[in-house]
Amino acid sequence: MSQPSVVVLDYGSGNVHSAAKALEVAGARVELTADRSRVMAADGLVVPGVGAFSAVMEALTAVRGAELIDRRLAGGLPVLGICVGMQVLFERGVERGVETEGLGEWPGVVTELRAPILPHMGWNTVEAPGDSVLFDGIADERFYFVHSYAAQEWTLETTPPFPGPRLTWAEHGSRFLAAVENGPLSATQFHPEKSGEPGIRLLSNWVSSLRIH
Amino acid sequence: MPVSVRVIPCLDVAAGRVVKGVNFENLRDAGDPVELARRYYEQGADEITFLDVTATVDNRDTTYDVVRATAEQVFIPLTVGGGVRGTEDVSRLLASGADKVGLNSAAIMRPPLVGEIADRFGAQVLVLSLDVKRSTSTASGFVVTTHGGRRETTLDALDWAREVIERGAGELLVNSIDADGTKAGFDLELVRVMRELSSVPVIASGGAGRVEDFAPAIEAGADAVLAASVFHNGELTVGDVKRELARAGFLVRENHGVFE
Repeated sequence: MSQPSVVVLDYGSGNVHSAAKALEVAGARVELTADRSRVMAADGLVVPGVGAFSAVMEALTAVRGAELIDRRLAGGLPVLGICVGMQVLFERGVERGVETEGLGEWPGVVTELRAPILPHMGWNTVEAPGDSVLFDGIADERFYFVHSYAAQEWTLETTPPFPGPRLTWAEHGSRFLAAVENGPLSATQFHPEKSGEPGIRLLSNWVSSLRIH
Repeated sequence: MPVSVRVIPCLDVAAGRVVKGVNFENLRDAGDPVELARRYYEQGADEITFLDVTATVDNRDTTYDVVRATAEQVFIPLTVGGGVRGTEDVSRLLASGADKVGLNSAAIMRPPLVGEIADRFGAQVLVLSLDVKRSTSTASGFVVTTHGGRRETTLDALDWAREVIERGAGELLVNSIDADGTKAGFDLELVRVMRELSSVPVIASGGAGRVEDFAPAIEAGADAVLAASVFHNGELTVGDVKRELARAGFLVRENHGVFE
């Protein structure tokens, strides 16, 4: 079987090279592009993101990121958001009093963590559910976080027969969502591409799941 | 507080080569920053810092190459300091694969630069580096220096730290010029006063000589410890330091053996 193909969405977000390289090591064929046909044809789409919520939304809008992500999800095609690429999947972000509309794939607001020291910078543990695909084999590892804002509540209600999302939590001052696995849409607040071997394993868990969808 | 303490090896790099003495066994090329970074990554380093000490701007391109090559095989955060003069330098470093940039004298020369970088790239990319010396010239007894500690400014180190945090620094790298090179341990009082005033993470630097030196710096309030020569000359591995920190009761990142 050929390697799953992954597009890392290229929209001017900071350091995307390590994400691309880490995905390669994790077993994917990786392309860095925002070309619509390439984005739609890939087995998986990664949406990276660093910096301010509003800046990321602005840059995403410039490449019609919302539409690309919506189209993929409408077709059940996997998408993985990383860091601010996770945050923008929620309805809104509030940073330094500025409220910015997000992509609204999930209900909820991204707000500042309540902690004496911010940013939350460093390697932290997570509480992953036993049936998590992303954390298979690495639930006890530490992952690299660097952020001051996060989604601190999960309000999406699912009723049978639809399966509920798998939620992974972490804590820095307050509890927040470290990762979400919700059908084809997954996201991590931490940086798997900067989390050493466990991070590579998480990406490889995701890449391996791509052909199943 | 479940975030683990970070152990950060720092490499001085000039024109693409490691410039401080490195004495490692089994290294193909002890002067190759990429190979050294990889070695520290394998030892369990939580981050790597490159300090670009290239004298001339012409040779800077090699730094970007080093950063790029390192980011392709070392999957932990990479900070690059030295020679950052403006937002374009930051942009180039991030595009090359750096996760954070260290800012020092350029911020002293033009403080608004701190805010410009934070606004454009986010506070989390900005490590404000302070070379601090004890002095009777300031109220706190600590003064900010430049040129590797050779020139004293008129800035009180505590006031300067408060100011750069206010302007958007995401982290403080507090380097004690007095302790640097002595191998007599970190300046714990300096770490303590910086921790008291700082709402952002504090990295303690300067003075590490023995494995016992690290825990007191964490005890004094540092979120991370940075060292160079003790790692380069092979006296200590990153693993040695982490074992000692764990023994002293601090949380460290361990590899649970999943990949061995």
